[in-house]
Amino acid sequence: MKDMKRITNAIAIGAFWLAGLTTVFILGAVIVYVFVNGIGHISPAFIFTRPHGVNAEGGIWPMIVATLYVTGLAMVIVTPIAVLAAVYLAEYAVQGRLVRIIRFAADTLAGVPSIVMGLFGLALFVEGLGIGFSVLSGALALSFLMLPIVMRTTEEAIRAVPKYIRWGSYGLGATKWQTVSRIVLPSAMPRIITGLILATGRAVGETAVVIFTMGTMIFTPVLPTDPGRSMTVHLYQMAMEGINLPAAFGTALLLMVMILFFNLSARWLLRRNRRMQG
Amino acid sequence: MADERRPGDMPLVSDDVSGLKLVSRSTYVKEAALKNLFLLCAFVAVAGVGLIFVFVGYRGWPIFSEVGLWKFLLGTEWLPTSGLFGILPLFVGSIVVTLGALLLGTPLAVGAAVFLSEIAPPKVRAIVRPAIELLAGVPSVVYGFFGLLILRPIVAQLTGGLGFGPLTAWIILAIMIVPTIATLTEDALRSIPDGVREASYAMGATTWQTISRVLLPAAKIGIVDAVVLGMGRAIGETMAVLMVVGNAPGFFRGAGAPISTLTSQIVMDMPYASGMHRTALFGMAIILFLISMGLVFTVRVLSRMREEPS
Repeated sequence: MKDMKRITNAIAIGAFWLAGLTTVFILGAVIVYVFVNGIGHISPAFIFTRPHGVNAEGGIWPMIVATLYVTGLAMVIVTPIAVLAAVYLAEYAVQGRLVRIIRFAADTLAGVPSIVMGLFGLALFVEGLGIGFSVLSGALALSFLMLPIVMRTTEEAIRAVPKYIRWGSYGLGATKWQTVSRIVLPSAMPRIITGLILATGRAVGETAVVIFTMGTMIFTPVLPTDPGRSMTVHLYQMAMEGINLPAAFGTALLLMVMILFFNLSARWLLRRNRRMQG
Repeated sequence: MADERRPGDMPLVSDDVSGLKLVSRSTYVKEAALKNLFLLCAFVAVAGVGLIFVFVGYRGWPIFSEVGLWKFLLGTEWLPTSGLFGILPLFVGSIVVTLGALLLGTPLAVGAAVFLSEIAPPKVRAIVRPAIELLAGVPSVVYGFFGLLILRPIVAQLTGGLGFGPLTAWIILAIMIVPTIATLTEDALRSIPDGVREASYAMGATTWQTISRVLLPAAKIGIVDAVVLGMGRAIGETMAVLMVVGNAPGFFRGAGAPISTLTSQIVMDMPYASGMHRTALFGMAIILFLISMGLVFTVRVLSRMREEPS
């Protein structure tokens, strides 16, 4: 009886170890697979030249530009709105129906499937407002996707600022806005930036939204109204058509490197900030 | 909740306007204007949901009014070129793919969460936790690519087909929803006070008994919450599913036979669709939007249940 109990326990703990290590193994497998197959194809020529020919030989420079452009623009659009919205929720709002509606809307927005967001961008920005397939349409649609993420992380960051710092500010006669803009937001800044970086990483990897708002044309966008093809869309098209797999691996590797860079820098920033606060 | 204001707190613009009597009128106006500006920003989220509903709904509405809601939802044939817009096979496809992924992914995710919160030594935890977070960051198109090149040949050998089908999608989607479910389950487990664990161990329970009879039941609602959110992620997932599921808009015929889902069919058809076909795709987007909204609503109801246990 006692042995039974001990054996069951050992088996169960073994199973939990297995579950934990499986997730690490899967991540390792995906990263190693993409890395091993893609590294041979990465070269300055691959990064900095345009693709040519039927099989898209050559580089992926236009896709890199389009990806960074659309993500950067989306971040510029979403940051002020999301941060101020979070300021409202964390500092000004009084619990009530209004706040409940805003939170439900933010949660709903966070749960919208990306393909629905893509069709929405197509209907509103590309066709409704007549902006056409462009970096701007893509950025606008992406900003709706990033909004709830940035709102949530910013609100958490603001709430993590201790109350007594605010009291000190009020005690000196500062108004609410002075307190928020000079005391609360600067102290919450590292965590806000961490949230922004994470949302950006998410936007870089997004496919279904940009395919219907920025288009699939291989073009190096200059103006916000120019069309373009993101790296994710490029990878999708090459993988589905089965052409030029080495270039597909190269694209996947660059994409993974970008996203790992975003995630790791966000983690590094958060850790440094935590250490500074003791 | 930080929203509760105790008597000792500073008077705020929203709470107590008279508290600002001492400031000049221009400062007062400025503060009030800023507050309303922030409220406006917060309302962008509400406006976003409204705009999605209006614009996708407007483009998709004719499919309900002209083809008819039931013919659209319950029609068994998706043959847009012959004017047959039944999405039932696609809907069933989405459900099959999602449920399979949940069956595979939930045990792994809950197991990983229990491992992280109850069993892992700090050093192992410091590796496993970031790994799970990074898994969440991998783009879905990369998962699709991985599934297409690695899993598909393996599944092809197992099932004897080309490897495009639900089984491949199940595995890929299960991997994709593990981070969502694991992180939220871990949060739920960590919010259980340590006293509960200590009480269980003091009764002579083993680690497994504590986990299975005390901790998991206590975190039940949190886990259901996590699974519902994972379900939302799975049903809305587009690119990864699209790349491995086969995209044959027929009914589910087995783990190895190609099917199609609502999301993947939209991406497949959109580039060339026109007229009523295009409208039908927008109609499918409305259905997906309503499903995701319903899941979010469920999660909210569940979290309220967790806050006020009956």
